Amino acid sequence: MRDTITQERPDAAVPAIELRGISKAFGPVQANKDISLRVMPGTIHGIIGENGAGKSTLMSILYGFYKADQGQILINGKPTQIPDSQAAIAAGIGMVFQHFKLVENFTVLENVVLGAEDGGLLRPSLAKARKLLTDLSKEYELNVDPDALIENIGVGIQQRVEILKALYRRADILILDEPTGVLTPAEADHLFRILKGLKDEGKTIIMITHKLREIMEITDTVSVMRRGEMTATVKTSETSPEELAELMVGRKVLLHVDKKPATPGAKVLEVENLRVVDEKGVERLRGVSLDVCAGEIVGIAGVSGNGQSELLEVLGGYQTATGMVRVNGQDIDLTGRFSDGQSRRARGIAHVPEDRQREGLVMEFTAWENIAFGYHNDPRYCRGPLMDNNALREDTEGKIERFDIRPANCWQTAKSFSGGNQQKIVLAREMERDPDLLLVGQPTRGVDIGAIEFIHKQLIALRDQGKAILLVSVELDEILSLSDRIIVMFDGRIMGERLPDQTDEKELGLLMAGIQGKAA
Amino acid sequence: MDAMPKWADVILIPLISLLLAFIVSGLIVFAIGENPWRALQIMISGALGSTYGWGYTLYYATNFIFTGLAVAVAFQARLFNIGGEGQATLGGLGVAMVCLYIPFPHWAMALPVAVLGAALFGALWATIPAYLQARRGSHIVITTIMFNFIGAAFLNYLLVEVLRPPTSMNPATARFPEATNLPTLHDVLAVFDISFSRAAPANVAFFVAILACFAVWVLIWRTRLGYQIRAYGNSESAAIYAGISPEKIIMIVMLISGGLAGMMAINNVMGEAERLIQNATEGAGFIGIAVALMGRSHPIGVFLAALLFGFLYQGGAELALTTRIPADLIVVIQALVILFTGALDNMVRAPLKALFLSFRPPEGPKPERKTTSPAE
Repeated sequence: MRDTITQERPDAAVPAIELRGISKAFGPVQANKDISLRVMPGTIHGIIGENGAGKSTLMSILYGFYKADQGQILINGKPTQIPDSQAAIAAGIGMVFQHFKLVENFTVLENVVLGAEDGGLLRPSLAKARKLLTDLSKEYELNVDPDALIENIGVGIQQRVEILKALYRRADILILDEPTGVLTPAEADHLFRILKGLKDEGKTIIMITHKLREIMEITDTVSVMRRGEMTATVKTSETSPEELAELMVGRKVLLHVDKKPATPGAKVLEVENLRVVDEKGVERLRGVSLDVCAGEIVGIAGVSGNGQSELLEVLGGYQTATGMVRVNGQDIDLTGRFSDGQSRRARGIAHVPEDRQREGLVMEFTAWENIAFGYHNDPRYCRGPLMDNNALREDTEGKIERFDIRPANCWQTAKSFSGGNQQKIVLAREMERDPDLLLVGQPTRGVDIGAIEFIHKQLIALRDQGKAILLVSVELDEILSLSDRIIVMFDGRIMGERLPDQTDEKELGLLMAGIQGKAA
Repeated sequence: MDAMPKWADVILIPLISLLLAFIVSGLIVFAIGENPWRALQIMISGALGSTYGWGYTLYYATNFIFTGLAVAVAFQARLFNIGGEGQATLGGLGVAMVCLYIPFPHWAMALPVAVLGAALFGALWATIPAYLQARRGSHIVITTIMFNFIGAAFLNYLLVEVLRPPTSMNPATARFPEATNLPTLHDVLAVFDISFSRAAPANVAFFVAILACFAVWVLIWRTRLGYQIRAYGNSESAAIYAGISPEKIIMIVMLISGGLAGMMAINNVMGEAERLIQNATEGAGFIGIAVALMGRSHPIGVFLAALLFGFLYQGGAELALTTRIPADLIVVIQALVILFTGALDNMVRAPLKALFLSFRPPEGPKPERKTTSPAE
């Protein structure tokens, strides 16, 4: 396919994007080291690498957010200076960010035009945009209503609006940063169809991702980055996920989790008819019932925003709810005075929250201060009203060693650890509490492959010690490989329960999209 | 990643900011036809050149330590208590009640009770804004500043209608009994055979202020409560996850903050005026904001910044006395110091950061410093 394109188009010998010797340092950190890259027009090029490998920095240089210390950018063979994003747009580069940059209470049309209006008056621009939008929508089966408000459309469609924004600005080169992070498998498939359509039109697409499966599925060529360097660029058809993972991490990685069958014991967590209404009066949980036994991992699959977060918050003690929750047969207070994080911890519930930076850690605190977080009333850490900082630091040193937290410096603030090591700090704190029930939200979000392997092993080990684990994750792979039972949530309800060896991504994907019934 | 060593952040930036403020002030002094160098000399000799000058400098500094600590403690929970003025005013009322209505045989017994009275009244005055913030979400900045006006008006009413001795025309309380008068630095140092100006108002409240600095340091960096305050201040969502109640923290922090501001009254009311007069605080509550800003909300920083502002106050008064420089210019100089050390912080920080980065070896992690961070 790739070769035929090269042959069909004589001009295709000139790469759409060529980077020569790009280097960029942030203080002592060399984010990009002498990176060279050629992306041929009309291809989809994947860039894969762990967090902090320098992917985003490289793309930010290409989009004019950062200036490279050294090196050259050539667009369609022409050396080009890209000092800011306006220059990038002028050079035909469009970017779809991981976190969309849309105005919530503007319509699709207004968002597309925003910043690219023709003159002082809006009407002519909007009319022009509407026509273009309808054409593009039809051409690429985007299915976007130009008059819908952004806040009323799903994330999948919001992403298409971002793509439309780029196309409206006549982008020939499209960069997508982790485009499938928030999408259901079905939405991701739709996105890939759109991308393939764009490719057939001759657009060049660069996709940054950490998901090997997507790289294998959609890209023509793939570049692997590790620690700021481009370690390899290979044709996708000539590589394998195992080889890519090894290139990313620099050593052999176990992509599948080894685990023995679960031996579930007594029921630890019982949830009945749990309902949550948020401040706006929207019902976020609509009667959820489930239970988790000792020695098993129950995985909750679902696209984020379908009630999983609320479920964890209720169990973690900081969301009021109606219904009934029992831990080890005893009722838990859901609204009253004993409905807070401290009471939950006293009842043997440990909680690794979904968002470690907003909830699990105080980013300005040192590692040792964070190890006490939530357990600051533990007598082991206290001397009367004072904190026993020495005992705390000693405990932290041990946890740093056992969880291989790097750098092994308990004085470092949480914000200066990498994502994986931040997560290890939270896990070390919560898992070593010897809890009866461990709540785990997105344990490997933003965590590099090497650390994922470690975290998964730890969770399995805790299960084998006879602990009950409730796992919430948007990564289907993770749910499938860790869970002993899988529960799928959609729109605040449980859509169904499956056993991991009796289901597949397709069936779970349909359930996650709210489609009942057996997959065809 | 920390781009700068901590000492640069904590010491170098305030010093550079201060230097810039002085340079601009010097230009202004020059512009109105005076010699900036001479002006500086007058300020230094006036504030630090005699024990009399020191006595005033330390007296002002004591006020600013209390109000600065009040702002600093609240700021650890990211609460901006700008009601120090009102809380100190009410603290004065507390001191007056204690001194006027409880017969004390000796100042050493009066002082601790007066400290409690001052702290209690100051804390009470912070309670309503705290409650409104914790339960109703009314912004603490708005409510505390409004309570400054209410406090001033309330005290005016009390002084004119209730507390004024019937024979007096002055809106002020009667003089406090002799036994409640605090020893000045002159009296204290005389014990050690050190001569110190008799006329200067600095008194034992200065030592209470130093104790307060230490107590605040222990509270914030050593106690469980301080841990929870800092956790809440840095991340409310994380605090909620950990089971730290924001409402509780807001109430407690504001009570402590108001109490500290109120305690200023043992210096200006009990130590200096020895009766309660109108506008006894003289804006010290607001200077406390600048002191806390410049002191990076750390007790040691607050202490040093309070000394600086004490120097500016006393030196400025001397300047107005001995030169043609109008007293208003002192306010300008103080404002410039606040502007440069507080508001224009980033103007110095950004270039300095770049400077430090450029001196860094580009490769390899920096050596890990095991020393206790200066924030402790």
